[in-house]
Amino acid sequence: MSRVDVRKTYKLYIGGEFPRSESGRSYPALDARGRVVARVAQASRKDLRDAVRHARNAQASWAARSGYNRGQILYRVAEMIEDRFETFVSQVQVTDPDRRRARREVTEAIDTIVWYAGWADKFAQIYGNLNPVAGPFFNISAPEPTGVVGIVAPQDSALLGLVSRLSAVLVSGNTAVVIASESRPMPAVTLAEVLATSDVPPGVVNILTGHTDELIPWLADHMDVNAIDAAGATPEQRRRIQEGAVHNVKRVVLDGEFGDRSPYVIAAFTETKTVWHPKGL
Amino acid sequence: MEPQTTENTEVASRKADVLAPRIEWEYVPSRESTDIVEIADRYDLFIGGEFRKPKSGKYFPTVDPATEETLAEVAEAGPDDVDAAVAAARAAFEDGWGRMPGSERAKYIFRIARMIQERSRELAVLETLDGGKPIKESRDVDLPQVAANFFYYAGWADKLEYAFPGFRPEPLGVAGQVIPWNFPLLMLAWKVAPALATGNTVVLKPAETTPLTALVFAEITAEAGLPPGVFNVVTGAGETGAAVVGHPDVDKVAFTGSTEVGKLIQSQVAGTRKRLTLELGGKAAHVIFDDAPIDQAIEGVVNGIFFNQGHVCCAGSRLFVQENIHDLFVDKLKARLATLRVGDPLDKNTDVGAINSRQQLEKIRQLVEAGVEEGAEIYQPQCELPDRGYWFVPTLFTGVSQSHRIAQEEIFGPVLSIMSFRTPAEAVEKANNTPYGLSAGVWTSKGSRILWMADRMKAGVVWANTYNKFDPASPFGGYKESGFGREGGRHGLLNYVKHAGGRP
Repeated sequence: MSRVDVRKTYKLYIGGEFPRSESGRSYPALDARGRVVARVAQASRKDLRDAVRHARNAQASWAARSGYNRGQILYRVAEMIEDRFETFVSQVQVTDPDRRRARREVTEAIDTIVWYAGWADKFAQIYGNLNPVAGPFFNISAPEPTGVVGIVAPQDSALLGLVSRLSAVLVSGNTAVVIASESRPMPAVTLAEVLATSDVPPGVVNILTGHTDELIPWLADHMDVNAIDAAGATPEQRRRIQEGAVHNVKRVVLDGEFGDRSPYVIAAFTETKTVWHPKGL
Repeated sequence: MEPQTTENTEVASRKADVLAPRIEWEYVPSRESTDIVEIADRYDLFIGGEFRKPKSGKYFPTVDPATEETLAEVAEAGPDDVDAAVAAARAAFEDGWGRMPGSERAKYIFRIARMIQERSRELAVLETLDGGKPIKESRDVDLPQVAANFFYYAGWADKLEYAFPGFRPEPLGVAGQVIPWNFPLLMLAWKVAPALATGNTVVLKPAETTPLTALVFAEITAEAGLPPGVFNVVTGAGETGAAVVGHPDVDKVAFTGSTEVGKLIQSQVAGTRKRLTLELGGKAAHVIFDDAPIDQAIEGVVNGIFFNQGHVCCAGSRLFVQENIHDLFVDKLKARLATLRVGDPLDKNTDVGAINSRQQLEKIRQLVEAGVEEGAEIYQPQCELPDRGYWFVPTLFTGVSQSHRIAQEEIFGPVLSIMSFRTPAEAVEKANNTPYGLSAGVWTSKGSRILWMADRMKAGVVWANTYNKFDPASPFGGYKESGFGREGGRHGLLNYVKHAGGRP
C-alpha cells in the first residue's frame, strides 16, 4: 500500500510569520484541469493592514543596510530557490504542466534575482551623479528607496513575474506588500518559505494570497503605502489603483516598459534626493 | 584701488561712527522704469504659431497686485480652443519636430535662450508688474535662471542617447503643462525647455494671475522661427487647465502647483495611459544646530521664508532651532526682520513685494489668524505699507506646536513658524512629521552631522548651510505628497521620454 503524503498548509507571510487569515477564510487553488490541489489563505483587509504595518516598521533598517549587504541577502534567496528547484518546478507545473517551460520559469527566476542582487551596490552610480551647478557648491543627486511598496504580482507568471517585480523593489531598500497571483498562488507561498530562511529580515517582504478584487482597493487607499507596482492588475484594477493613489500621492507603476530586468524598474521605486553645500574657506 | 588707510585712522573713524549722534536717513526709493515694457490692451491665445482670438469669445483681466490696476485683458481658452491648441501641437509633432535631428532642435532652443537674455530686462519688469515680486528678484534670479534653463536643455537635445545607460529615449508626443503664478516664466522654462529638447510639443496653461510673460515668450518662439504648433499657450483659469489635462490627445501631463489641485489632476489622469509628473506643495523644515554659523544661518532663514514673499513651494516655513540657542536666534531674527523693506516691487531696494492676489492674501490672513487662535505668539515688525495693493508684513510665530495648523499647512506667504529641538534624532523626527517632502535645510559646522541629517530628512532637495539655491543642472522635486518626478538636470529629461519599443 502506498504511503499517504503529508500535505502543506498554504498560509500568509506577514512580519516574518505564517499566519492564517484573521478572517478564517481560505479558497481553493486549482490545477490546469480545474481540480482542487490545495486550499490557500484568503487574506482580508485586516491582514493587508497588518502587512503594511510590518513593512513600515522594517523599512528604515532595511534601507540603512549597505547595498553590499542587501545584495548578499538577495543572492542568498537565489541560492535557496536553487536548492528547492524541483519543488518550485512542480508547483509551477500545477497550473502549467509543460515541464520544460516550468524549468525555464524557475531558472529564469533564479537568474533574475542574481541579476538584481548585483545592482544593490551599483545602482546609485548609474542613477545618481554630481551636478555641475553655476556656483561654488557641492551638489549631488542620489536615489533613495520610496518606502513601502505594494506589488500586485503578475497573474500568469506566478514565480518569475513575482520575483522580477519584487527584486527590483527590494534592491534599493524598499519593503513590500505583495498580493500574489490569485489563480496561481502556490509558488508565492513557497517563495515566502524561502524568504523566511534567507536572512531577509521579518517584515521586508509580506505576501498575501486572496482575491485581488477584494484586496486591491485596501492597498490602493492605504495612507502608509508610498508606491504601487500594478504589473499584475487588470485595466479596471489599474484604474482603481490610480484613483486610490490620489489620497497620498502614491507613485503608480503601470507595467513593464522595460521587461523583467532593468535598472529603470529599480529607479521607478526610488526618490532622487539632491544635496547642496557651499564650497569655501 | 583706494589708497590704504593706516590702521589707526580706521580705528579712529570707527570710533567716530559709534560716538556720532544717530542720523535719521530719509529713504529715497530707486524705482525701475517701466518704459521698457509695452503692454497691449488685450492678448489672444497663441496657437499654431500665431495669436488667435478665443473661440470662447471671453477675456479676463490680469491685475498688478501692487496697485490693483488692470494691466491687460487676456483670452480665456474654452474647450474648443484647447482642442485647437492640442491639434496644432499634435500636427507639429507628427510633421517633424519629434523626428528632427536633436542638433537642429538644439539650435532653436539656443536661439530662444539668447533672445530671452536680450529681452531679459523687459521680461523682468513685466514679471514684477504682473506678479508683484521684487524687481531685484525677477532681474537677478528669475530671468537669469530662465535663460540658463533653455541654454542647459538645448545642449541635451543631441546627446539624449548618453543620458541614461541602456535607455533608448523617444519623445512622448504632446505635453500639456500647467504652471503656477509664483515664478511664472521660470516655471515655464523648467517645463518647456526639457520638453522641447526631448522632441515633444507643448500646450502650456499659465496661471490666470500671471499670464503676460508666457505670452511674450510665445512671441519670442515665433521670432526664433520655432515651427508653428511646437509651442502653444492657452490662457485661462482652472477650467482651462482641466481641459488641457483631460484632453484625450495629450500624452504627458506636467503640473506645478498646490497639492490640492495636484490630487485633482492625479485623479483626472487615473484610468488613462498619460504620463504624469507633479511638483506640489511643501512645508520645509529648516534645522539650526547650536554650532551653526549663526549670522549666516539668519540670512539663510530670512532668504528661506521671505524670498518671493514666501510664495515658494520649497520655502523654509518650519524653523527648528536647537533649544540652547533658541532665544538668541529668535532675537537676532527679529532684529533682522526689522530691516526688511516691504513695498513697491519695482523699487530696486524692495525685499518683500506684493502678495500675488487678493485670494492668496485672504488665505495667508486666515492661517495667521488660526496661528494666533491656537496659541502661538506672533511677531511682526513695524512696517509702512502702501495704501493700495495686496500686502502682508513678514511674520514670525514662536511657541508653535507640531499640531498647530501653521506647522502643518502650507501658508505660501511670508510667515515663519518657529519650534525647538534638543537632539539630532528629535530634529529628524519633527522635520519629517509632515505629509510633504519637497525640501529641507540644515545648518551646522559639523560635516558628519550634515550628511547624517541629509540622509534622514525625507525631502527631494536638502540645502546644507545654504537655502533656496536653484540651478538648471540640479534636479528638483518632492517625496510623499510633494509630488513625483524631478525637474532639472539629467533627471529632468526622464519626464519627457519613453524607452524605444515603449509599452506593450
